[in-house]
Amino acid sequence: MDSSGPYDPTLDYPEGPAIAEIAGGGDIKPWRPLHVSRRNFLRGVVCSGIVVGGASYLFSTATPARADARGVERMMSLMVNGKTHHVDVAPNETLGYTVRYRLGLTGTKIGCNQAECGACTVMADGRTIYSCSTLTHRMRGKDIVTVEGIASADGTLHPVQQAFIDELAPQCGFCTPGQVVAGVALLNANPNPTEEEARVAMSGNLCRCGAYEHYLRGVMKAAREV
Amino acid sequence: MSDVMHNFELYQPDSVQGAADLLDEFEDAWVIAGAKDSLGWFKDRVIQPSVVVDIGGIAELSGIEETDDGGLYIGATTTLTDVVESPLVKERYPILSLAASKVASPQIRNAGTIGGNISQDTRCVYYRSGFPCYRAGGNTCYANTPTAMNRDHALFEVSRCVAVTPSDTAPAMVALDATMVIRSKGEDIEVPASEYFIGPEIDITRMTALEHGDILLGIRLPGAWANARHYFEKAADRNTWDFALVSITMVAKMAGGAIEDVSMVCGGVQCTPRKLTEVEDVIRGEVPNSDVETLVRRVASRGAQPLNFNHFKIPLMESLAARAVRSLA
Ligand SMILES: Cc1cc2nc3c(=O)[nH]c(=O)nc-3n(C[C@H](O)[C@H](O)[C@H](O)COP(=O)(O)OP(=O)(O)OC[C@H]3O[C@@H](n4cnc5c(N)ncnc54)[C@H](O)[C@@H]3O)c2cc1C
Ligand code: SF4
Ligand code: FES
Ligand code: FES
Repeated sequence: MDSSGPYDPTLDYPEGPAIAEIAGGGDIKPWRPLHVSRRNFLRGVVCSGIVVGGASYLFSTATPARADARGVERMMSLMVNGKTHHVDVAPNETLGYTVRYRLGLTGTKIGCNQAECGACTVMADGRTIYSCSTLTHRMRGKDIVTVEGIASADGTLHPVQQAFIDELAPQCGFCTPGQVVAGVALLNANPNPTEEEARVAMSGNLCRCGAYEHYLRGVMKAAREV
Repeated sequence: MSDVMHNFELYQPDSVQGAADLLDEFEDAWVIAGAKDSLGWFKDRVIQPSVVVDIGGIAELSGIEETDDGGLYIGATTTLTDVVESPLVKERYPILSLAASKVASPQIRNAGTIGGNISQDTRCVYYRSGFPCYRAGGNTCYANTPTAMNRDHALFEVSRCVAVTPSDTAPAMVALDATMVIRSKGEDIEVPASEYFIGPEIDITRMTALEHGDILLGIRLPGAWANARHYFEKAADRNTWDFALVSITMVAKMAGGAIEDVSMVCGGVQCTPRKLTEVEDVIRGEVPNSDVETLVRRVASRGAQPLNFNHFKIPLMESLAARAVRSLA
């Protein structure tokens, strides 16, 4: 029977083909990514609809305490914008959440929350990352810079920030903090980028208002000034 | 839809042994390296392991070294950015640097690892959305129906599942005859790239030879293909974030204008990177010209079985193969 066509509920489907040999020898047991009962779990989701709504967005502080002493310790120190913060961080907490809701640094925006827009961009040891898709516990010992840490202490704007203003780059402004961090990270690493290099460096930051050329001009202008 | 992740216990071992012990102990443990593939699963709440083992902090897993045969050894948790920027990789295997530079976006490359990139799960939209399809342990394929959205799916070697490999660097591993070094059940084993990536015929629930508890330690690139001529092209709907519709990866050695040896691999058309052996056979020993290109177009997609919405991949694949050959002229 041809079992490769569309699913036909009236047919009795055979078991899949036997598992062939793979390199390295040894016995191979089919392994399900989701703790064996993946199949049941998936059914559960499909039947109940996705159950988690916006109300659960904030972490419950009642996340169970460590069940196992070898797991990560919730209390951690986090170096953000040159200051060390001692924070209580859940194991499943993202950096975006921690900086916004525990440290109050709301300049970092959460747009898509799935590594697809760049609004949450921060620097870790000088490199840009999506804070929405980074576990905070991974950031132990890293030097994190958010958009709040870009201007100097006396409030003087970084050339990238000033150039964005001059070039009228932000429209709604939601993507701007991420664009600033991406632009500054580029110029820190490469003070004289070509336009193509700047385009690539800024390519992980979406702008729904479509102000890409303005941001790009801003970065190139700032590059001439730093 | 994306939300806060489920609760899990997080472990950050500092040695491979420590990680292996944890994986042994918890049947329900999930490895993360850069976590760029994994957090997507967790946030969609499709996969909810109760134990997560973060191997990103294990120093011995990261870094790029030269090997005795003139090749390289790349640690599994070396970030994609480090692979892209490494002078050693650029010099010996520019094809890998190029392929890695086309993955996702700069921020993802800064965190995502080479080991995670070649071990990531497929991007079939039904599977990722939690549909109980064959790959998820169910008994149907939602992508292989007359009206399904299967524009991204496979042309070759389909067996119930029609999903494709999403990785941009996996084809380079096959083209370069890389070997994967894996800690499996207390032993270090080496698996050639051609057997590391597995199709649904072998096991429909996974994409690689990695079994639960296995840790990819690194990738050995043999000296044989170092400094070869190369061509990489990725066709995608967008330049950033987007997975390849079809990609072509080629390394070649030339002698007196003729193609002495060649290795060509196509991504995005099959569950594993597809080695275009027929094309290789046709062009080996030939001087690249338009006649050879015509021949390449004829054989590149031989045997393709398109689904309803992915016929376009056939001419795309043929053109990419022809362009790769043209680059050698
Ligand atoms: C928006 C978006 C766009 C993307 N676009 C592209 C693209 O265009 N091209 C592309 O190729 N990829 C793309 N990706 C995928 C991304 O590049 C990969 O997911 C990333 O490189 C994976 O690396 P990681 O270390 O972050 O993975 P992780 O999530 O940490 O790991 C991925 C998988 O591999 C396993 N794993 C990782 N390391 C090891 C190891 N050492 N031993 C055993 N198992 C291991 C994990 O258990 C997990 O199952 C995209 C991802 C996103 C979110
Ligand atoms: S193509 Fe594979 S992963 Fe996608 S729905 Fe079909 S069986 Fe599932
Ligand atoms: S919110 Fe992090 S990338 Fe969109
Ligand atoms: S300015 Fe509105 S999203 Fe960029």
